Amino acid sequence: MSAATTVPWDRLIEPDRVHGSLYTDPAVWEAELERIWYRTWVYVGHESEVPEPNDYVLKSIGPQPVIMTRDRAGGIHLLLNRCSHRANLVCDAARGNSSAFRCPYHGWTFANTGALLGYPFSSGYGGRELKAELGLARVPRMESYRGFVFGSFAEDGPSLAEHLGDAAGEIDRLVRLSPEGRVQLTAGWLQHKVRANWKMLLENETDGYHPQFVHASIFAVADSGIGELYGEKSAAVSRDLGGGHTENDLRPEFRRLGEPLRWFGTSADRLPGYVAAMRAAYGDAAEQILVDGSPHVMIFPNLFIAEIQIFVLQPVAVDETVQHVTAIQFAGAPELNRRMLQQTLGSVGPAGFLLADDSEMYERNQRGVQVRRPEWLVLKRGLHRERLDEHGHRVGDATDEVPMRAIWAHYRSLMDPAP
Amino acid sequence: MTIREIEQWVYREARLADEGDYDGWEALWTDDGVYWIPANGDDIDPATQMSIVFDNRSRIALRVRQLKHDKRHAQNPKSRLRRIVGNVEVLSGDAAGGDAAAGDVVVGANFIVYESRERGTTIWGGRTEYRLRRVEGQWRMAAKKVMLVDNDRPLSTLAFIV
Repeated sequence: MSAATTVPWDRLIEPDRVHGSLYTDPAVWEAELERIWYRTWVYVGHESEVPEPNDYVLKSIGPQPVIMTRDRAGGIHLLLNRCSHRANLVCDAARGNSSAFRCPYHGWTFANTGALLGYPFSSGYGGRELKAELGLARVPRMESYRGFVFGSFAEDGPSLAEHLGDAAGEIDRLVRLSPEGRVQLTAGWLQHKVRANWKMLLENETDGYHPQFVHASIFAVADSGIGELYGEKSAAVSRDLGGGHTENDLRPEFRRLGEPLRWFGTSADRLPGYVAAMRAAYGDAAEQILVDGSPHVMIFPNLFIAEIQIFVLQPVAVDETVQHVTAIQFAGAPELNRRMLQQTLGSVGPAGFLLADDSEMYERNQRGVQVRRPEWLVLKRGLHRERLDEHGHRVGDATDEVPMRAIWAHYRSLMDPAP
Repeated sequence: MTIREIEQWVYREARLADEGDYDGWEALWTDDGVYWIPANGDDIDPATQMSIVFDNRSRIALRVRQLKHDKRHAQNPKSRLRRIVGNVEVLSGDAAGGDAAAGDVVVGANFIVYESRERGTTIWGGRTEYRLRRVEGQWRMAAKKVMLVDNDRPLSTLAFIV
């Protein structure tokens, strides 16, 4: 019997509260690997990380190491990092350029398409030809959207477009901030390890209630206005985009202010080259794009676009998660990119002004959820003022727990498809 | 500055960091100081690649102000810290970008930091390169570059001064 069928999901997930064991029970973790990480679409990497023929990078789907390659003809592949002979790791380097991977154990060599190219002393197989049957395993399905590459271990199921649903529009909104309509994830990644279940991070990413408390120190000493975007009087909304995808939509606040680049804490006169390039690319529409700014969207289960940076959640155990983070770089926007990198690396990662405090909360939550009473985590905030927006999405005020309820409803539909 | 004086300076900087004497530590900087902890190797280009810390002088001041704020949760309570600094070596003025004409002294040293907090204990190891400059009769840091041995792997939160 699989772990997923032994967990009493209906007793652990209620509309306005969830049970603490969902963050600590090894059986829940095993079930999540089966029903989420090794089934649904999971974000793996970005095409800009392998820009040249034969480039590769080591990525992951949950605890599984995945090699993302670009072959000589330009095609992208997601290969599992395991020799088909004796299971040795075939790729050690975090990134590189090579047309082939040679296993160090017995010298089997694989093309960056996964095909087995050769194996030493081949007469030892009695004339049997192994090449067709023993290539590197592939992630069964791969699709990309605007350069964001996703993989799914399920042989069939919903398409990536179906999985993304209306969250695709948020990726569209992101890439429109490039005069060339492309992002480039070329600034390298920080890897931040936390002793917490991955869902603590997932839920926190679009929790609009915590910033004024968790980030009180940096908001105070930097004289930042970000806290007010997540205040009681904010016009921003929290939104259920469907499919477990959630966002904090700050556009109502930025539109009220009506100033281009206010979302980035600056103004048009400070970035004249970028603003000119945007006007040249988008004409009259540029103004609105520059006022609206970048999305703050959590694409289930692991891609978090946080205005100027990308986070990727990698669960490695029931109580351990690695958060990968890089600065977004927009093609054709060098002036903006320099500032986005410097602002990002100040904010995120193990020593970041923001993320060091978030990670402290994840770890405190993980310890707290093991305390025996009261057993439950409460998701009631804003239940009484939930409403539907003009697109039929459920929304709440900036600090409401609409996103958490959306995540858990979707989670339950994956874990317990026929309740 | 003799090697003995340099060692004493390095030990003092380490003690101020260990004991969370943020004002004392900030006073060691020149007005143009740069505090750098690279990621994914020791020789990346910090203008184009993510670092763990890449603070100019104003950002060093911001970091210190945040550490002194009682809502810097990642350091409230402060980590209990003690570090051993060794292999102190005076490098040539040209090494690590030192400007010999300005009288800078470039010093390298290895370290192990033992950190204890609620999360558990963590051991951090690496090498520091200091660029020291004499300002108004005092030796100050114009640059501190901390090369963590494991800067290319997942790291726990390190909000203390390393």
